[in-house]
Amino acid sequence: MLTFIGRRVVLAIFTVWAISVLAFAIIQLPPGDYVTSYIAQMATMGSVVTDEEAQNLRIQYGLGRPIYVQYYKWVKLIAQGDFGMSMEWRRPVTEVIGERLWLTVVVSVAALILTWALALPIGVYSAVRQYSVGDYLATFVGFIGLAVPNFLLALVLLYLGFVLFNAHIGGLFSPEFNDAPWSWARVWDLLKHLPIPALILGLAGMAQQIRIMRANLLDELRKPYVVTARSKGLPEPRVITKYPVRVALNPFASTIGYTLPYIVSGSIIVSLVLGLPTVGPLLLKALIAQDMFLAGTIVLLLGVMTVIGTLVSDVLLVWIDPRIRLEET
Amino acid sequence: MAVAPEQRVFVASQWQLTWWRFRKHRVAVASAVVVAGFYLAVLGADFLAYADPNASEAQRGLMPPQRVYWFDDGKFGPYVHGVKGVRDPQTFKRVYRTDPSQKIPLRFFAQGFEYRFLGMIPTTRHLIGVGGSLDATKTIFLLGTDVQGRDLWSRLMYGTRISLTIGLLGVTMSLVLGVVLGGLSGFYGGIVDTLIQRTIEILRSIPTIPLWMGLAAALPREWSILQVYFAITIIISMLGWTELARVVRGRFLAMREEDFVVSARLVGCSQMRTIFVHMVPSFTSHIIAATTLALPAMIISETALSFLGLGLRPPAISWGVLLQQAQNVQTVAISPWLMLPAVPVIIAVMAFNFLGDGLRDAADPYGR
Amino acid sequence: MIAPAEPALEADHTMVDVGREPVTSLPRETLLSVRNLKTYFPQDEGLVKAVDGVSFDLYPGATLGIVGESGCGKSVTARSILRIVDRPGRIVDGEIRFRRPAADGGTGTGHVVDLVKLAPDGSEMRSIRGAEIALIFQEPMSSFSPVHTVGNQIIEAIRLHQPVDRRGARDKTIEMLRRVGVSSPEQRVDQLSNQLSGGLRQRAMIAMALSCQPTLLIADEPTTALDVTTQTQILELMRQLQQEDGMAIMLITHDLGVIAEMATDVAVMYLGRVVEQAPVDAIFHNPRHPYTRALLRSIPRIRSRSRERLTPIAGSVPHPYDRPTGCPFHPRCADFMAGKCDRLEPSLRPVGDQHAVSCFLYE
Repeated sequence: MLTFIGRRVVLAIFTVWAISVLAFAIIQLPPGDYVTSYIAQMATMGSVVTDEEAQNLRIQYGLGRPIYVQYYKWVKLIAQGDFGMSMEWRRPVTEVIGERLWLTVVVSVAALILTWALALPIGVYSAVRQYSVGDYLATFVGFIGLAVPNFLLALVLLYLGFVLFNAHIGGLFSPEFNDAPWSWARVWDLLKHLPIPALILGLAGMAQQIRIMRANLLDELRKPYVVTARSKGLPEPRVITKYPVRVALNPFASTIGYTLPYIVSGSIIVSLVLGLPTVGPLLLKALIAQDMFLAGTIVLLLGVMTVIGTLVSDVLLVWIDPRIRLEET
Repeated sequence: MAVAPEQRVFVASQWQLTWWRFRKHRVAVASAVVVAGFYLAVLGADFLAYADPNASEAQRGLMPPQRVYWFDDGKFGPYVHGVKGVRDPQTFKRVYRTDPSQKIPLRFFAQGFEYRFLGMIPTTRHLIGVGGSLDATKTIFLLGTDVQGRDLWSRLMYGTRISLTIGLLGVTMSLVLGVVLGGLSGFYGGIVDTLIQRTIEILRSIPTIPLWMGLAAALPREWSILQVYFAITIIISMLGWTELARVVRGRFLAMREEDFVVSARLVGCSQMRTIFVHMVPSFTSHIIAATTLALPAMIISETALSFLGLGLRPPAISWGVLLQQAQNVQTVAISPWLMLPAVPVIIAVMAFNFLGDGLRDAADPYGR
Repeated sequence: MIAPAEPALEADHTMVDVGREPVTSLPRETLLSVRNLKTYFPQDEGLVKAVDGVSFDLYPGATLGIVGESGCGKSVTARSILRIVDRPGRIVDGEIRFRRPAADGGTGTGHVVDLVKLAPDGSEMRSIRGAEIALIFQEPMSSFSPVHTVGNQIIEAIRLHQPVDRRGARDKTIEMLRRVGVSSPEQRVDQLSNQLSGGLRQRAMIAMALSCQPTLLIADEPTTALDVTTQTQILELMRQLQQEDGMAIMLITHDLGVIAEMATDVAVMYLGRVVEQAPVDAIFHNPRHPYTRALLRSIPRIRSRSRERLTPIAGSVPHPYDRPTGCPFHPRCADFMAGKCDRLEPSLRPVGDQHAVSCFLYE
């Protein structure tokens, strides 16, 4: 068990490293270096960067030195909590991102929970009542979820909400709470707004999970141990939930690692369509304005968050599956 | 013909078995027809379009789709009514009124703008067009127009061409990467396998969209359409290969122990020969299925990137580029036809998914 | 999955009361009496009559061997008795009369219920299943859940039917495991089934089946998947436990050697029907049905003369979708009588003491 978690941790560290390299590459890709564009940006604003300031910045980021030195300096600054300046906003990147990162986490986790909370019972139902009306319905919804990209779904729902109810279903807060400080009322407002984006984000993953759960459970239902359980005299619902569902849960749980990155990815585009105050719209704006420190930092933070989430889910999986838990080596 | 029907199964080749199994899967067969239709549209986009996709006219912005009347005085003779744009005196918005007195006849195989059919034969024939003289006021807009007054139907045809080929190209690149890396991983095992598997795991646990957005945004603005097209293809193919590599590796691992592979090695086949003559043919069908299943993700990726304005940029036309105009709810609420490009996206994704499912089931003709 | 049982009742069993009323007049204190049982599986390709009119009797403490080729409906018969036939299969006709022990657990004769009439998942059927009729079957590899400990699954069975607490059930489980010959049961009880060998798993399975002292143990090919040495040990164990607890065993197998070793009575099945039932000696020394005879000729004997040829049964088992009309065995029968066997269906008739055959040769 410890080796399993250990392996996962090592892999997570490598993943974070890979993400940091990619984020660094994104920062480096546009032509010209950061300081030059910073000076140019400042000039358009009418303020002048002195040579001395420019020189300090160059040294701080190791410009002009080999690329790995620059990478190292950048990582070191990040380790100190300094993610650089956003050129677009002329404020530190951390300030610009602010609570948007946490709202991204909230939306993603909500979508993940919703995905699971719905996919599990629906998948079980579909398998136990194979070829029933409910099963066909679930299959149909599943295909919609798979075939309609979530940003299109968001668009359609937004349109329907607008035309049918004349209501704007986007956003995470009512207007009066948009910039309000945190309070219980604001949290409640957030919870009220959460289901629609969470559902849109979760639908594709849910469709996939239902298919996985259904297929696995159909396999498991034919296994002899189900007959054993039945022949003991257990009531049928208990037979199903204690044994085959429990076994089918394992492959189901192991997909969580791939569901989270998928949801986080989707949240970027969906946030844009629905106008959610997450990092999504910020990332797009930063990319279009070539505000690379902001963009790189967002990519880095999203990646790291996803890795942490995946790691947590892996540990959860160990806890669920005694075959791994009891493995002695 | 002397073979009894139940004995045909013993002499059939693997491809025949696969085909028989596939044929039973009705939805997959129907999807195959749909997919074939889509690629015919790719080849004949300019024939199916009736207007220059980039011909814009501010006077005709956001014109709604026209209704087609199929019968004229009880006889088959499709026509549409003329449309007049007027400015609403109160709101100063442009509104369109149909003019029932004016009939614009539709003709099949009519004259239109000049193009080269299949890139070779110069012609001016199009599937549909306006009958009679080429009068500038007599035009048709079956699916309406966009903000700049460009014909949506014609743009959709050209968009199909780009969106579906970009998917195909992307999947081909993923396939090469996936087969080579998955094959290496599965065939050699050991350190190579571990290395490639870990790489795949790492790639799969990174949220991809922000990454592509970053990469796509870094493409130089001055690049031509063609350069951007290829760059985007490369970016989205970097997603697809992991899944294909996984499938190929799984197959290789399963097959390494199969008797026919072992015996090929024992009789002294070289490694290359073992792989390409004995192993690859026996899982080609699986690869085709996996490839088909990978295509929808490619199509969605391109659509998503272009929708965000980070993928293909106008004047290139793709489904995503067309959908860009539908980003704003207010616009869509007034002109819902701008969402129409979502329809082919959904149909194509579904068709590829069903087709891939059917192929995957059929790929294992000896399976249950 | 509620079986419609209307037509079965007006058959010739006038002494049997309908429903759950106690019935007293069963001959020789039968424990289990199956009459004309029919379990069908509607499939897309047609109706599969897996069990098509099976009848047999089982007495307390006896061992009834059920033999037949694979696909003849042995396992479906067993599952029909337990009322756990998989969908879409269902019992369409027949009776399964089972004598329940007296409620006070004393020596009374108890009362008889028709299991076909009980709701498959109802409380009465569940109180019989596992407690009074237990099942062990072929796949020792997968008949325990891979994610629950062996102990957990046995404890569950005990607590389901007996008023003991967790602690008590656990002690009883360890005790049962020891009885079936599992070494160091205190540790084994907390292991997962994949940590046990095939033989141990089958022993644990037997421990679970017997944990509630059933009066009937249905063993569906209990040794088929085991190697020969383990097979003998398991059979020996079953026999010993039978002597100690006095339960009846219904032993389903295709292995006549196992039958010879274990059974007191034998029912031979072919295509969903019992074609012959008799005490074990009569089956081996005086087989009457042509199928039974053919079956015996097809197995090697140690004391046979050398060079004696084994005779395989001609033809093969017909496809379940197109059963032959008349006697199901007639296309392969050496004593086939044209115009009779292929037109009419024979029924099980007594031909001697406790010996019944379903064949026109004896009518």
